[in-house]
Amino acid sequence: MSESRLMVPALADVQVEGLTRSAFLVRSTLAAGAVYGMGAITPFVGSAFGQKGDEGDIEILNFALTLEFLESEFYKRAIRDVKDLSGDVLDAAEQLLEDEDAHVTALETTIKDLGGKAVKAPAFNFGDSFKSAKDFLKTAVIFEDTGVSAYNGAAPSIKSKDVLGAAGSIVQVEGRHAALMRSFDGEQATVGAFDMALDQDAVLEAVQPFIKE
Amino acid sequence: MQEHRMASAPDAEQELARRLTEDAASRKNFLRMVGGVAGVGALAGFVAACGGEQTTTTPPPPADTAVSTEEEPEPEEISKGDIEILNYALTLEFLEAKFYADVIESGEITDKALAKTAKLFGDEEQEHVEVLIDTIKSAGGKPAKDPKGNFEEVIAGGPEMILTAAAVVENLGAAAYLGQATRIKSPEVLAAALSIHSVEARHAAALNTAAGFGFANGEPLQGSIPDGPFAVGMDMAAVLEAVAPYLPKKS
Repeated sequence: MSESRLMVPALADVQVEGLTRSAFLVRSTLAAGAVYGMGAITPFVGSAFGQKGDEGDIEILNFALTLEFLESEFYKRAIRDVKDLSGDVLDAAEQLLEDEDAHVTALETTIKDLGGKAVKAPAFNFGDSFKSAKDFLKTAVIFEDTGVSAYNGAAPSIKSKDVLGAAGSIVQVEGRHAALMRSFDGEQATVGAFDMALDQDAVLEAVQPFIKE
Repeated sequence: MQEHRMASAPDAEQELARRLTEDAASRKNFLRMVGGVAGVGALAGFVAACGGEQTTTTPPPPADTAVSTEEEPEPEEISKGDIEILNYALTLEFLEAKFYADVIESGEITDKALAKTAKLFGDEEQEHVEVLIDTIKSAGGKPAKDPKGNFEEVIAGGPEMILTAAAVVENLGAAAYLGQATRIKSPEVLAAALSIHSVEARHAAALNTAAGFGFANGEPLQGSIPDGPFAVGMDMAAVLEAVAPYLPKKS
């Protein structure tokens, strides 16, 4: 068992979990990094590459897309169904819906550009989340915090620098969303000094209850 | 089946909330997890173990960039470039930590909720400082020195100027991490940087709101989410230029 160079106890929880199938891809990214150089941060992966994207990247993008579908549908229905949603919270829900929709479109475009097939939105069930603005905020905080951890967990496995740049660009916005929803819910903006990384299994487990079979 | 899932939703929420609030982040909690189980170690193991597989599934990398694909019990070295990025991040975290410390010491923030937030964010920046120092050391590098930021002018400007500066500094911090994400080579360093990046983003959003850049009177929310749906990173030169006013004047 080889040891990491980075035995920093404080980062033990920021582990890169679930790097199984894609783990070896990370390795070639290290080599590829030198070839591609440092691409500018761009949310969209141009078709300039003109080659098929990495399958692991496409899988990660599709996973992210499913989460964005979840968030988008959640805000859409909240705006329609939560009776006491008003003022700043309503404004925020509308803004966040717009952001999540933009993420959906960007991810779908990116997946197609890479030669992949974008997943369809599953059917969702948000339970009692829309009974009141308070219930809405509780679920919103969970979704946004989970979104942050999902992107943070997936990012180190991403092979393409452009896809990584896009994921970084989106996760920062998810972090801002999380902070806003937490403040409306009367909580501090952060969960701690470090955002946790969750692997796909943990994220799926968290959102599975909201996805209809 | 579906009903069962519906019924289980609140449990799952609670479980996740528990994980996110209890498992994450507090330094003490992290320290309790010391030991051979560190995930980053496991990652290095994976990466090394998969070396053989790589030769059968992907073309070998060009010779001059290649790390040998066989007989490689050693983990990847953390590159000089990564250590440089970590030191850059450390410099920014030093500035942020000093900013909050000076602001709190000045007593200028009299609003209780805001003072509490300043204390929390300041503590978190201090944790970033400590973790970055540890990370740089364990990667075999030499941590940068505290540049000893000077925030006298800002603090003299009173609460409004302090809040604005706080928002500016945090947004810079978030943009700085984002700007480096694709330059980082080690997945471990990347994971560490990302775990801080999104926290800087949370700070930035909260302070933008507190500074009145958004949410009030139905204003558009570009204050809290200034770049729209896609955040924009900044490169080192731009960030260093932006923080230059807070560095001690050279005599």
